[in-house]
Amino acid sequence: MSSELLRVVMFSVVMAVLATAVMLPPGIALAWILARRSFPGRTVVETLVSLPLVLPPVATGLILLRLLGRRGLVGRWLDQLGIDVVFTWKAVVIAMAVMGLPLLVRAARSGFEQVDRRYEQIAATLGATPSRVFLTISLPLASRGVLAGAVLGFSRALGEFGATVMIAGTLPGTRTMSTSIYAYTQTGQDTAATALLAAAGVTAFAAVFVSNRLSATPS
Amino acid sequence: MAAVPIVLDFTVQQGSFTLEIHERFEAQAVALFGPSGAGKTTVLDSIAGLRRPAAGAIAVGGRVLFDSDRQLDLSPPLRRVGYVPQDVALFPHMNVRRNIFYGNGRGESTSPDEVLRLLELAPLADRDVAGLSGGERQRVAIARALMSSPDILLLDEPLAAVEQSLRERILPYIERVRDELGTPLVYVSHSLDEVRRIADRIIMIEAGQVVESMVG
Repeated sequence: MSSELLRVVMFSVVMAVLATAVMLPPGIALAWILARRSFPGRTVVETLVSLPLVLPPVATGLILLRLLGRRGLVGRWLDQLGIDVVFTWKAVVIAMAVMGLPLLVRAARSGFEQVDRRYEQIAATLGATPSRVFLTISLPLASRGVLAGAVLGFSRALGEFGATVMIAGTLPGTRTMSTSIYAYTQTGQDTAATALLAAAGVTAFAAVFVSNRLSATPS
Repeated sequence: MAAVPIVLDFTVQQGSFTLEIHERFEAQAVALFGPSGAGKTTVLDSIAGLRRPAAGAIAVGGRVLFDSDRQLDLSPPLRRVGYVPQDVALFPHMNVRRNIFYGNGRGESTSPDEVLRLLELAPLADRDVAGLSGGERQRVAIARALMSSPDILLLDEPLAAVEQSLRERILPYIERVRDELGTPLVYVSHSLDEVRRIADRIIMIEAGQVVESMVG
């Protein structure tokens, strides 16, 4: 494989890892809140979190573009701080994270739901603060769900195309495996596209293999 | 052993079930005695702060844990109540030692060595909780609760899950806790024999109502 193709594969994997790191804190928080708390507007939050699963990815990308573009709601503010997001690697990470988040939240939430509340209650009677209960009881006991969610989110991030192409384009510095396959096919570079296809297949196989191994080994 | 003043004067509403208890007394070991579904566990959950009474007051040794008139409702971590639930609820991802020491550090009144010696747990410390027998689990749960230096120890049917032949071997541990550590107990049971042996105050509950309260 040429060094250019190898660079694209490496870039995709690094971006997907970063996206997973970005989605984990809000994803775990959302999963826990949805599993353990009832509050007004809960159904709205639930729906919003799942929306990227149902919306066409390109539409999600357009929403992100409107938000993060120089004249966008958030972009305007970022622009004043001198931070450029759209059509940079940061946009790739954001698109991947937004698209992977719903899968992470779903799996992690079911992980938290399976934790017997009695353990959390008893830990509280033993003097543990809510944050200690979360870190020492809820999170470790839900770790399989969280881990499965992280792998799903990572896999989704790695394959992400629609939202990425909208806010990061197919510039040399923002090309992932998916967007490169598209760009190469469009410009008739079929050999490169096929080579990337093989690389994407191997990477996807490795991700699924690892996730299956993780869920097969008792924690 | 010294008796402590205990106030259990509250009402709990749970759907169509109502629990009424209006008891103020001094005791070292209280037994809540009655058939299943009478509301005994609800009393323990209320003392531990896991269930909020509709109204009333709960106090142990002069320390108020709940008082609806004063809008006082201490959260579970602040109540200093050691709870051994019926299902024991040992943390499955921790070994015996980590379970026992989970609540350690809240106070200095209980020494770990003392608790391990009383309950004969030192040889089990590095075991996984999954491999423990019913009686061992019970002792670990009691030790875990004691290690948090509680003002009161709540035991929910501690012998229910233990084979008949082992019951005679667990009871002495509970008596030791009562006598040697002097920690007041609330002991839930539906066995009159156990209750007579452990308690100096017996409260009989049926269908959410106290039918009798007497000195044991």
